[in-house]
Amino acid sequence: MAKGTGNSAAEKAACQVTLEGGDLLVAFAGSWRVGSELPDAEAARRSMRSYPAAKALRFECAQVTGWDSLFLSTCRAMLAVAAEMKLTVDTSGLPPGVESLLDLAAKVPERKGAARTASSAPLLERIGDWTLTARDNFLSLLEFIGEVALACVSLAKGRAVYQRSTLWSLIKQTGIDAVPIVSLISLLVGLILAFVGAIQLRQFGAQIYVSTIVGIAMVRVMGAIMTGIIMAGRTGAAFAAELGTMQVNEEIDALRTFGFSPAEFLVLPRVLALVLMMPLLCIYADLMGILGGFIVGVVMLDINPLQYLHSTWNSVPLANLWIGLVHSTVFGVLIALAGCYRGMRCGRSALAVGQATTSAVVTSILSIIIATAIITVVCEIIGV
Amino acid sequence: MTLQPEAQEPAPRLTVDHLDIAYGDFVIMRDLNFTIRRGDIFIIMGGSGCGKSTLMRVLVGLKSPSGGEVLYEEGSLWRTDEDTRAAILRRAGVLFQSGALFSSMTLAENIALPLQQYTRLRPRDIREVVALKLALVGLAGFEDFYPSEISGGMCKRAGLARAMALDPDILFFDEPSAGLDPVSANLLDELILELRDSLKATFVVVTHELASIFAIGNNSVYLDVETRTMTAHGDPKKLLEESTDPVLRHFLTRGKE
Repeated sequence: MAKGTGNSAAEKAACQVTLEGGDLLVAFAGSWRVGSELPDAEAARRSMRSYPAAKALRFECAQVTGWDSLFLSTCRAMLAVAAEMKLTVDTSGLPPGVESLLDLAAKVPERKGAARTASSAPLLERIGDWTLTARDNFLSLLEFIGEVALACVSLAKGRAVYQRSTLWSLIKQTGIDAVPIVSLISLLVGLILAFVGAIQLRQFGAQIYVSTIVGIAMVRVMGAIMTGIIMAGRTGAAFAAELGTMQVNEEIDALRTFGFSPAEFLVLPRVLALVLMMPLLCIYADLMGILGGFIVGVVMLDINPLQYLHSTWNSVPLANLWIGLVHSTVFGVLIALAGCYRGMRCGRSALAVGQATTSAVVTSILSIIIATAIITVVCEIIGV
Repeated sequence: MTLQPEAQEPAPRLTVDHLDIAYGDFVIMRDLNFTIRRGDIFIIMGGSGCGKSTLMRVLVGLKSPSGGEVLYEEGSLWRTDEDTRAAILRRAGVLFQSGALFSSMTLAENIALPLQQYTRLRPRDIREVVALKLALVGLAGFEDFYPSEISGGMCKRAGLARAMALDPDILFFDEPSAGLDPVSANLLDELILELRDSLKATFVVVTHELASIFAIGNNSVYLDVETRTMTAHGDPKKLLEESTDPVLRHFLTRGKE
């Protein structure tokens, strides 16, 4: 856009406001470019306002050696002041390009109310808004759960429409592909539990009970929780991102127009895959955790390997295994539902996909912890 | 103002009666009344943000209207249960703005999906039908490509092939020429005309591309963003000749009048 010639950095831009025969005369000089040294534009506008008696505004630009958007915006701000002071404006003194660009910028009037005001609503209004949103979210969650329940009914009747090949690839994604990370984390959790226990137990020579601590903790709850948290971050997030992107891309609408129910076609296989895989991964995590404890017991505490295994086997009641499996199945349902729910309710933008993924992970982990608390209390009451 | 297409009118395929569309309390369009006849290429036109695509979403059963009726040949779309609505819509095909192909499936799988679900064809026959549909839109041999591996224009044509999978007799297009170069857009227009003549299908096209509007449309409705309703209905070429509405003339002449 730059016009005119001249060395931009060398010549200093200047702007002088004078009153000439009842008219304001703004005289520009030098190079008006981004990067040139500029006079204080606010001061120029102040001096315009200091001549309230002026009737008209004229410009004088013979000394201007170059200009770009910066000059335009300065002129535009002056025109706004002129409008405020109700001056008649004569733009003929401006360079020809400037004149036409200013006309173009003024062609469509600013849309009133389009600019967003940042003023914050009163507290009560915000609480009200928040309550209404919470109610809407709750209703939409119920609707989603209802849709999934109906999908399960049609699955039981053998009428559910989904692709078996998708189910298989989901089982692979959620199950087999998660094995390395589940191995590593459960092994380390087993190690940590054993270390923490060993320090205390060694003080009174009861090292062998490390096997009991690790065994019961892993099998009863830690195996399930650790796999749950891994799957929330790994699979729950993947579900939300995948379905969210399908939403952005109108793929879910396309499914609906073919008469497929997204709850059956997309949500059901994901819930199924996770519910099938979570208990298996949980048992695997239990074993890896026990292996971690075993390493600490044998290497650090010098417990006889066979004795360690024997003690683990004897001290972990079978009921604990069932409790662990119940945990992991419930977690599987919760993670799959949270991921799919956030994905299906995703907005139509890249930002919304990110938010959906984040809230899928947060919701999954939160619901895992709440579910654990509930199951623990229930077990306590029924005495398992 | 209303200009009806002349003479020998074929039977109505889709009638919109006092339709109101809103998001919550925010009214997008109100009091829409028009009839789409068999074999029409019906254009839903209007400036950006006037609710064209939303109207299409109501017509294809994705968004419920806040009032009024959408009457297909088979009956009301919204005052009925879900199964009947699904049955009505099974005879309709939709092409979304970006194609909306399922990104995890190949083109062949995309087109085969509705066929597997709603027909009793054997896998080999399905493969042949898929090959035919792809050939019709000029994508023969692209069966095993994923949507991310082909260009935007090709995605749109593949979307059209999928929309035609179940031989619908009414097809909806959301902005078919958006994002296409003029030559591809023109090819798509010609494809639409060709399909209308050979399949005897009805087309509903949401667009603001004037070249397309005049090249293919024989009936149309103009949605006005200011008054939030339709301000004209009829053959776009005649609207251009006869309409006196300054807003519509402004639109149809690219702002020259």
